[in-house]
Amino acid sequence: MTTQSPALLIIVPLISAILCLLLGLIRRGLCYPFVVAVLGVSVILSFDVMGTVLNDGVIRYRLGGWDPPWGIEYMIDHLNAFIAIIIASISFVVAIFSRKSIEHELAKGKIIYFYTIYLLLFTGLMGIVVTGDVFNIYVFLEIASLAGYALIAIGRDRAVLASFEYVVLGTVGACFYLLGVGYLYSVTGSLNIMDLTLRLPELYHSKVILIAFAFFMVGLALKIALFPLHVWLPDAYTYAPSTVSAMVAATMTKVGAYVMMRIMFTLFEPYFSIKLLPVTTILGWVAAAAMIFGCIQALAQTDFKRVLCYILIAEVGYIVLGISVGNRAGFTGAVLHILNDAVMMACLFMIAGAIYYKTGMRHIYEFAHLHKKMPVTVTCLVIAAISVVGVPPTCGFFSKWYLVLGAIDARQWFFAFLLLASSLMVAIVFFKMMQTIFFAPAGESAHAHIDEPHKEHKHSRDEAPASMMIPIFIMVAGILLLGIFSGQIVSTVIQFTVPKGF
Amino acid sequence: MEVVNSIRPILAIGVSLLAACLILLTGERARNLREFWTILAAVVKFSIVMSMVPFILDGKVIEYTVFTIAPGLSIGFKVDALGIFFGILASFLWIITSFYSIGYMRSLNEHAQTRYFACFAIALSATMGVAFSSNMFTTFLFYEVITVCTYPLVAHKETPEAIKGARKYLTYLLGTSIGFQLFAIFMTYNITGTLDFSHQGIFGEARGVVSDTIIIVTFILFMAGITKAAMMPFHGWLPAAMVAPTPVSALLHAVAVVKTGVFVVVKVVVHLFGINLLWDIGLGTALAYFASFTIVAASVIALTQDNLKARLAYSTVSQLSYVILGVALLTPSGITGSIMHIVLHAFGKITLFFTAGAIYVAAHKTKVSELNGIGRQMPFTMAAFTIGAFSMIGIPPFGGFISKWYLTMGAIEANQLPIILVLVSSTILNACYFLPIVYAAFFKEPGTAHHNAHAPAHGVAFAGSHNPHSGHKLHEAPAMMVVPLMLTALGTIVLFFAPDFFLDITKIALENVTGGK
Repeated sequence: MTTQSPALLIIVPLISAILCLLLGLIRRGLCYPFVVAVLGVSVILSFDVMGTVLNDGVIRYRLGGWDPPWGIEYMIDHLNAFIAIIIASISFVVAIFSRKSIEHELAKGKIIYFYTIYLLLFTGLMGIVVTGDVFNIYVFLEIASLAGYALIAIGRDRAVLASFEYVVLGTVGACFYLLGVGYLYSVTGSLNIMDLTLRLPELYHSKVILIAFAFFMVGLALKIALFPLHVWLPDAYTYAPSTVSAMVAATMTKVGAYVMMRIMFTLFEPYFSIKLLPVTTILGWVAAAAMIFGCIQALAQTDFKRVLCYILIAEVGYIVLGISVGNRAGFTGAVLHILNDAVMMACLFMIAGAIYYKTGMRHIYEFAHLHKKMPVTVTCLVIAAISVVGVPPTCGFFSKWYLVLGAIDARQWFFAFLLLASSLMVAIVFFKMMQTIFFAPAGESAHAHIDEPHKEHKHSRDEAPASMMIPIFIMVAGILLLGIFSGQIVSTVIQFTVPKGF
Repeated sequence: MEVVNSIRPILAIGVSLLAACLILLTGERARNLREFWTILAAVVKFSIVMSMVPFILDGKVIEYTVFTIAPGLSIGFKVDALGIFFGILASFLWIITSFYSIGYMRSLNEHAQTRYFACFAIALSATMGVAFSSNMFTTFLFYEVITVCTYPLVAHKETPEAIKGARKYLTYLLGTSIGFQLFAIFMTYNITGTLDFSHQGIFGEARGVVSDTIIIVTFILFMAGITKAAMMPFHGWLPAAMVAPTPVSALLHAVAVVKTGVFVVVKVVVHLFGINLLWDIGLGTALAYFASFTIVAASVIALTQDNLKARLAYSTVSQLSYVILGVALLTPSGITGSIMHIVLHAFGKITLFFTAGAIYVAAHKTKVSELNGIGRQMPFTMAAFTIGAFSMIGIPPFGGFISKWYLTMGAIEANQLPIILVLVSSTILNACYFLPIVYAAFFKEPGTAHHNAHAPAHGVAFAGSHNPHSGHKLHEAPAMMVVPLMLTALGTIVLFFAPDFFLDITKIALENVTGGK
């Protein structure tokens, strides 16, 4: 199995997506266990691939036995093996979560299609990660995006409109990316990343290459919702079903950030992205603006999921900032933050889903005294919030640690300051939330004191079902453990992902 | 120096964490059992801390590293003389405060007592964590835990005023610690490649590699970031936090929280920067004058406060800067005075806060202007108050004298005569804002207070307290509160006559810092 693992990572979910549809026609109840099982296998496969990379170095898998640059090649090194594990694990855990949430939020007839498209989304994301071919990235990017559009459109309220907005901007982004690929192909005649890496340096001063690079960057910035190209994200992720929000928020932007790293530092050399063009400088300022803008917007929102969306925009800013400072610590921070942010976002969106499932509440001002009704959920929320703020020993601190060190190493004091400032703003966001939950408006709490027994009755404990709580627990455990073991993660995997020029 | 590997520091931290879990599990159903956990944890914690003392007196150091995250970045514990000093103080006063808390909370029939005791226990765990941490990262970790878990204690009353005060508390502490202190930690790591405390400082070798400006900026960021020390202009949170129940103000805002602040300042000055480096750059003197300003200004503000707890809060702001001043003098006597002041001020100030709480419980008074003649009604409480006040002023035979003595000596050694002027004027100001209370309590007729006592009597009837019209009738707070406050008052006297135990530890700490010179 081991030698074929890279291909199986794609083939297993792709074929399962079709099988899932057929199974669903026989009995609807079969879809859920099937999807969970398939994703469980994918998690094992992704770890297997990582094991191979750690032992034997970079995997270069030739699909169908065709030699590159003609055939499609899957190239897996430490970086994408790492991202693959994140994607597979998050998808697996969110799939476990999906059962009750989807039954609650979707019409019965849509469940089969939901799971089918969910697997397609996973296939697309996985494909982007493992492939070593720029055009193949485009293909999988579109598979993932189309699945994403569909999943978001399933939601209620304004979901269809939000999805349409996403379709328009997402397609523009994809087109830009494709244009970039086209320009590259027109001058080099190749699509394979490793092949292009060898051919490009002599063309670095060609206008065509510069334009291709610009198209790549803008297209990807749209896909990862980098400020100011973020406008589609808050609506789309807010109105999507809870499960979908958790999945796409945790994975889509991360995969886009991964592609950005690949383009900037593998396809082009760091020399090109940092020295030849002032790309990193521009990206750094844009990312800094994203961090501040995201946090300010998050402060202004009342819808819990929308708050999370804007925090996500800020977090994307963190990752891009880490890429753009252009040194070892910064890049380590960016890669580590991809992992940490995926876990934190999945956790928070699932908590939002659990609260919505149990109480129907979406807005923070409705959360008063929630800790009496759902104490365990609120505890998980507190831990996740602490991590997003970046308080040790949760994982959120350690990625910020590397990011700030990166900024200081690059002597970018202002960026280091902004990183901390945005942490503070996130702290205010969550602090406001906690204050609403624990210390509700004075009038109400004063009233509650008078008839204590009545209040106890009113706020009797009522947690979400185990199928929702267990995934949340896994993520919370992840937040704590990834923090404690972040040193090991960096020394075994991430330090090998840092590009050579750093 | 001999290093002993032992998990005792972790046990000392863990025991109250475990207690917090037990308290939460026991809950409101079995109140006596819940309180039993608090007391048990307090006693066990103190025993564990004391069991480490013999090692320290032998000149050994207890170390334990939990895990390492990156080179120079780990979560680890190291118990040295300075740490054990703070550990003994906090764990001992926790025992007394526990009894007092129980008396206070039950007399006033407060709500959410489970949350209160659980948060209290966690706060003590974190305080031990700060006391015993071996590097700046671990210190920061527990520093933040203290902030977060004391927030519910400050907001305890859940009134708009309490929530507002608590918000200010959190804004100041979290804001500056993330904005400045964490930044300073990053700078330190970037400059020196480590965060481990070293007895003579870790910046010594970095000088010359990086410019002095960067070291100075880092130092300023540290001082601005350790807001728990309440140095002006970042002192605003301390008076705001006085909305908390009095036992919280007593232990946390006279001992655990604020002393954590000054303790971290001391650690940063001597174990991160090192006194030699600061002496060379001249930062010590600058810090000393900065602290001097706080000492005088806060004392003047204290004069204007009518709310008793607010007056005590500003007094704390002023007294905390004594500790900073002492260490900033960078001389042996100055540092001795600084470390000794941590414990002596703690005993005096906790007594004063305890009496403020007892007055509130027994007579329901919070204002200084209402205290006329209260000494006849509550003789034991006000006697303790007088002792605490004398200790604050620095009159022998009360403990406060010792630290002031050493601080003055330190100022002479450092050849900073203006500092002596600061100490003298502050002493006078202390007398000005404490002695009128003592005088009013014992010698003024309760006539004017009579009028004040009337108003609430017609309004809301407070639970368990009937406003006495006659100031002559004996009306003390419950014994559960009066005994602890008399014990701490006694403590200030005992510390004057027998300061050897603490002085010995201080001496070892000083030898570590100066390298045995």
